[in-house]
Amino acid sequence: MKSLKKLIAALALLPVLALASEGGFPLDRAPDHTRDIAALQHGAKLFVNYCLNCHSASSMRYNRLRDIGLSEEQIKNNLLFTSDKVGALMTSAMSPEDGKKWFGTAPPDLSVIARAKASEAGSGPDYLYTYLRSFYKDDTRPTGWNNLVYPSVAMPHALWELQGVRAAKFVEQKDPHEEGKTEHKFAGFEQIKPGKMSNLEYDAAVADLVSYMTWMAEPAQETRQRLGVWVLLFLFLFLFLAWRLNASYWREVK
Amino acid sequence: MAFQEKKLPADAPLADKALNWIDPRFPLSATWKAHVSEYYAPKNFNFWYAFGSLALLVLVIQIVTGIFLVMHYKPDANLAFASVEYIMRDVPWGWLVRYMHSTGASAFFIVVYLHMLRGLLYGSYRKPRELVWLFGVAIFLCLMGEAFFGYLLPWGQMSYWGAQVIVNLFGAIPFIGPDLSLWIRGDYVVSDATLNRFFSFHVIAIPLILIGLVVAHIVALHEVGSNNPDGIEIKEKTDDKGIPLDGIPFHPYYTVHDVMAAAVFLIVFSAVVFFGPEMGGYFLEYNNFIPADPLKTPPHIAPVWYFTPFYSILRATTSDFMYWLMAGVAAYVALIFVRSKLRGTTKMVAGIIGLVVIVGMLVFDAKFWGVVLMGVSVMILALLPWLDSAPAKSIRYRPNWHKYIYLLFGIAFLVLGYLGTLPPTDGRTLVAQVCTFIYFGFFLLMPWWSRSGTFKPVPERVTYHPH
Repeated sequence: MKSLKKLIAALALLPVLALASEGGFPLDRAPDHTRDIAALQHGAKLFVNYCLNCHSASSMRYNRLRDIGLSEEQIKNNLLFTSDKVGALMTSAMSPEDGKKWFGTAPPDLSVIARAKASEAGSGPDYLYTYLRSFYKDDTRPTGWNNLVYPSVAMPHALWELQGVRAAKFVEQKDPHEEGKTEHKFAGFEQIKPGKMSNLEYDAAVADLVSYMTWMAEPAQETRQRLGVWVLLFLFLFLFLAWRLNASYWREVK
Repeated sequence: MAFQEKKLPADAPLADKALNWIDPRFPLSATWKAHVSEYYAPKNFNFWYAFGSLALLVLVIQIVTGIFLVMHYKPDANLAFASVEYIMRDVPWGWLVRYMHSTGASAFFIVVYLHMLRGLLYGSYRKPRELVWLFGVAIFLCLMGEAFFGYLLPWGQMSYWGAQVIVNLFGAIPFIGPDLSLWIRGDYVVSDATLNRFFSFHVIAIPLILIGLVVAHIVALHEVGSNNPDGIEIKEKTDDKGIPLDGIPFHPYYTVHDVMAAAVFLIVFSAVVFFGPEMGGYFLEYNNFIPADPLKTPPHIAPVWYFTPFYSILRATTSDFMYWLMAGVAAYVALIFVRSKLRGTTKMVAGIIGLVVIVGMLVFDAKFWGVVLMGVSVMILALLPWLDSAPAKSIRYRPNWHKYIYLLFGIAFLVLGYLGTLPPTDGRTLVAQVCTFIYFGFFLLMPWWSRSGTFKPVPERVTYHPH
């Protein structure tokens, strides 16, 4: 009896012990600008100008941008680079075959990338926000670029003219877990060439871009949450009525 | 008997006239009475008894949302992933229908697991409800099939590789395995052919069987009558009209109960649908937002949460573990010989089966036995009515220490489920192996533990406190 209780207590604790932290570059938390129309519009502009050259967002229609406050006229005049129809899907001018030939792999579709990249390490936006701010110059790579979040990534630093060129400093230090081994540890960036933006401006721009991609991954999310409040209010009222109805029938049961 | 129609006065209400026309031709009133308005259920049901009707509610949600999804979904390897996003964006209210369906899948398992736990706690599978239970186990199997086939349809990375892993399991069966998995897939890898047949199973074959089984489950239940938290047969005490003294008409008393339960359920369900449809990656796995790529195996493939307890048992069956399993089988056979009152020939049969299993464990590899254990871990539920030999049905009148056994079993099940979502490590595998022993021990040792201890006296009538 006592040992049975002990076994139960031990089993209940086990999942905590079973949790082990995974390696990988730690992710920064992405600022959430998804409720900020101006930020989303800025993000959309960056997305169309910098991402859509190689990537597609083939589930996304240009005219859906009306949901973030743009008129069809504005979309047509400022954002419509890869198509001439405002109802068209955001497909890249570069074909996946060319992408494979030029970069070694076809650039992934970005429609729902903000949802796909979530993991135990952080949310999808956290991943994108850190990834887009972690490129550094690396002449050993075919593109001349490397990334801390995604080492040896095939993608070059598409936003380099905004951020400028940075190098990553690494130090060799003793591995605290394994004796006699050294680990290659990141020790900060070094700005080699300034970009159009300061570091702070660049971080804010990436936050806008990531917020846009988060919105694009599920354009209905604001509608969903707004509607959800009403649905729940209705259901609580319904529950109250159902509860009273139930009570009035069961009062007579002895 | 000649066909007879009652004569109604000319000014009778139209509804009465219609019913008077239908009833001699179809037993509408009789069916309504037998199954609803004059079906006498014990009056001492508690909240655990809501999960049956909630399961029916979720079934309806799944069928209705499924019908609308099929109108827009394309079962084609090149179009499937995009068609789901098309539903999420371009189909009016498509996102709501899709989230209801994806949340409904998980809700179905939550409700059904709780429904099964209720049966376990109050001995609802015991005589005379064995068939009710067996139909229920068959429903659970269908549900697992339905979920498995449906999960391939969004054609994301997890859809694809999850299906690949599970179908490959059949390849572990000796001799016919590789051909069998080829036959299931219809191709050498999971492909368009697989997607098409899984779509067919998901929208036609399994739902048809499922609905038939649900009807059988309810008909069998209404034939023998519902169990209750006291585990007492209310039909043994009836009034002079044959109505159970502790019975109460299902309608309106339990319909109003179930409407209230439905309201509570829908609040939780809607909270997920509207505010967290991914449920932290458990209801919609993150990796499944990446289109299926047969050339890129994800580093960690985990089934959706409702399969993970059984998946954990599969993974726990490593080649080192086989010796423990053999020792377990030998000990179990020895237990049957020493401590059971079975006939000599039955004992001999058990001994031979045990020997064959142990030899089989030496001959065939651990992967095959993992598949066997995973299958048995589900199928063993069907044996419950014959494994349980407690004098009292309900946990209320069992010895107190039985509650700790149920608790231990419940925790082992949850730990297995949790471990199944994580990549394996040596430590986790060891924990899963301990839990696997607890899981099977609970069932296989039940003939002995369930009848030992001091039982409390079972009352004549149900315990009921007026509201």
